[in-house]
Amino acid sequence: MAARTHTEPIRTDPDLPPVAVVERGPMPASRRVLFTVIAVVGAVAWSIVALVRGEQVNAVWFVFAAVCTYVIAYRFYSRFIEARLVQPRNDRATPAETYDNAKDFMPTDRRVLFGHHFAAIAGAGPLVGPVLAAQMGYLPGTIWIVVGCVLGGAVQDYLVLSLSARRRGRSLGQMARDELGRFGGVAALIAVFVIMIILIAVLALVVVNALAESPWGVFSIAMTIPIALFMGVYLRFLRPGRVSEVTVIGVALLLLAIVAGGWVAETTWGQEWFTLSPVALAWWLAAYGFAASVLPVWLLLAPRDYLSTFMKVGTIILLAVGIVLARPTVEAPAVSSFALRGDGPVFAGALFPFLFITIACGALSGFHSLIASGTTPKLLEKESQARPIGYGAMLTESFVAVMALITAVIIDQHLYFAMNAPAGATGGTPETAADYVNGLGLSGPPITAGEIENAAQNVGEESVVSRTGGAPTLAFGMSQVLSSVIGGSGLAAFWYHFAIMFEALFILTTVDAGTRVARFMLSDSLGNIGGPLRRFRDPSWRVGAWFCSVVVVVLWGAILLMGVTDPLGGINTLFPLFGIANQLLAAIALTVVTVVVVKKQLYRWVWIPAVPLVWDLAVTMTASYQKIFSSEPRIGYWAQHRAFQDAKAAGEESFGVATTPEAMDAVIRNTAIQGTLSIIFAVLVLIVVAVGVVVMVRSVRAGGLPTTEEPDQPSRIFAPRGMVATPAEREIQAQWDELERARAGTGARS
Amino acid sequence: MSGRTALAGSVHALARAGRAVRWYTTSLLGDHDYARYVAHVERMHPGADPGSEKEYWRARHAEQDAHPGARCC
Repeated sequence: MAARTHTEPIRTDPDLPPVAVVERGPMPASRRVLFTVIAVVGAVAWSIVALVRGEQVNAVWFVFAAVCTYVIAYRFYSRFIEARLVQPRNDRATPAETYDNAKDFMPTDRRVLFGHHFAAIAGAGPLVGPVLAAQMGYLPGTIWIVVGCVLGGAVQDYLVLSLSARRRGRSLGQMARDELGRFGGVAALIAVFVIMIILIAVLALVVVNALAESPWGVFSIAMTIPIALFMGVYLRFLRPGRVSEVTVIGVALLLLAIVAGGWVAETTWGQEWFTLSPVALAWWLAAYGFAASVLPVWLLLAPRDYLSTFMKVGTIILLAVGIVLARPTVEAPAVSSFALRGDGPVFAGALFPFLFITIACGALSGFHSLIASGTTPKLLEKESQARPIGYGAMLTESFVAVMALITAVIIDQHLYFAMNAPAGATGGTPETAADYVNGLGLSGPPITAGEIENAAQNVGEESVVSRTGGAPTLAFGMSQVLSSVIGGSGLAAFWYHFAIMFEALFILTTVDAGTRVARFMLSDSLGNIGGPLRRFRDPSWRVGAWFCSVVVVVLWGAILLMGVTDPLGGINTLFPLFGIANQLLAAIALTVVTVVVVKKQLYRWVWIPAVPLVWDLAVTMTASYQKIFSSEPRIGYWAQHRAFQDAKAAGEESFGVATTPEAMDAVIRNTAIQGTLSIIFAVLVLIVVAVGVVVMVRSVRAGGLPTTEEPDQPSRIFAPRGMVATPAEREIQAQWDELERARAGTGARS
Repeated sequence: MSGRTALAGSVHALARAGRAVRWYTTSLLGDHDYARYVAHVERMHPGADPGSEKEYWRARHAEQDAHPGARCC
């Protein structure tokens, strides 16, 4: 068997062991059998998920269908992309090796870098979107999460990472300027900034909705701040570098904070102090975002990041194991009537395009391109490792999204809609909510007000009615899964608040890091204008830092406050904007990738980035068009705007869900802002794509154009190509280890 | 006899798994970063003083202060 594999070591220096090895040969028979079995299991699982009707489907089939698809896609499609498009060369030094400073540039073990990259790309997004999309049934969401990731999201992440790794780890904005020219680059930069603001605002809105009127949740989350400060001080002054030690302490304190939240919520002073209205919470969040942006990183941001990374990996493993052990059955229909009619209460609009907008993270998330360029490529040991890290980490995120969808479709459907329909529809009390959801024509027996109240009591909350935003629903489903495996109903409240806590933790990490990044973008852009503004370029100039932080926080804080007070329900109106923004960023990233592929004249394979790009543009542009031009007030921002304006002009005091003249004014104002934002996003992205098309045409006419790829530098280190080292690679690694020992030996003697 | 070797084998495997988890978490969180930095300084600038661990982390955090990294949703 092994004789048929052709192995060719590659050396860049005759005095060193090989830096890479090329292995060619047919796949061994055992592997062929294995992949065939995986493909068959996947196909069986998909047909059960897609075709079984009339009886309840077990959630485990979702896990099988997804995982088998990921394995096949990773083994075959990502390798295909690697061979045709990326063509990595492991005898070429990566930026991490060339500019190694043991700080931001540093060749990092592929498994560790996978963890870093995954922790940076995956947050609350893949947990929230699928929960909201569950209103359309389980099937469309599952297919989009898996297929969208395999053909779109993972491709984007992988290609952007590879591109940046050949350009000194430049950021997406810089690459856009380099490849598209100044005009396209500036449009891309502004788009990235505006999109970032809306992302922060909507994520903050999810946290506010999860914590409002919940003293338990507010106390636990508030405690993360002193815990992080303690960790920061510990690492700075007491035991520098003992990161895992302090993280273990931090996680223990975190768990204690969750348990203690239950006790505090029982006391009168606890209820008095920690029951916060949505508006109050929004102000606290804005203050927190500002503080995190101007405080030194070591004090707050770095320790929170450690906690968040640890919790992320831990909880996701916990949830996966929980689902496999609990094997819950699905309550939701495969395709709900809302998917066909487009009149769902969670978010408005038809399946196309709005399902694909609602699930962005987990399927195709443009935000990843900001991590895949700039941070991760500076740590990559070998070019070919961009595949396990770029493509592989996105598959993992997609799996998280599938699990989030599972937690939403296994809970009672009446309860799901009672939790996720805006307060304007449910009326806010168990009685009105029960009436409302029983009138929706859902399958299964109707729900009583008592059952809704019981559900809230079970998880230690005052109420679960209209707890929109996805986080409470996920927490509820997760608590149902985990308490059936560990602890029974006695622990349901703990698991609920555990889930709320880690979602809020992820989101706060995104909010504080995002505010900081946006602040730097703003000050860089101001500094680049020149003149007296040049001073903004100096990051240590405190006045500039404070000024830019205030601007950024005011921008997202205003949108957050608008969402919190929106009579129409903030999630309902703002979440589509979040999804559109995120996927428009993907359009920018995929445009940059496609331009480079065309410039390199790889015309035959241009469809690899172009297919997701065209699909993404079709989705985002249709959604933007409907949000801007639809004459149906439920969908179109401006149609809603006009409807309320007309009502006001007619002298009405209340209209639709707005019961006061002030609420009517709020709707008129909010829809105008949301409509304007939709227009800005779409126009900026259309500019970038148009510039991209012009550059591509120019390149085709000129017979290819130079790209800004860095010249070759021979590599002088060795690392395996993929996640698992092959026997030949282990052999070479042994030679390097031998050399290392010899070097250490001579070093000791001299 | 064979029972004992099986037991020893599983204890051995468990210890290995424990070490792997420990290696992974400590590497992921950055416990070994300073040691790597010292090795890096020794390799690239032999004889130079790499500074203390405290100084290394101060410099790392100062760097992060000046070049923030984004976190995704």
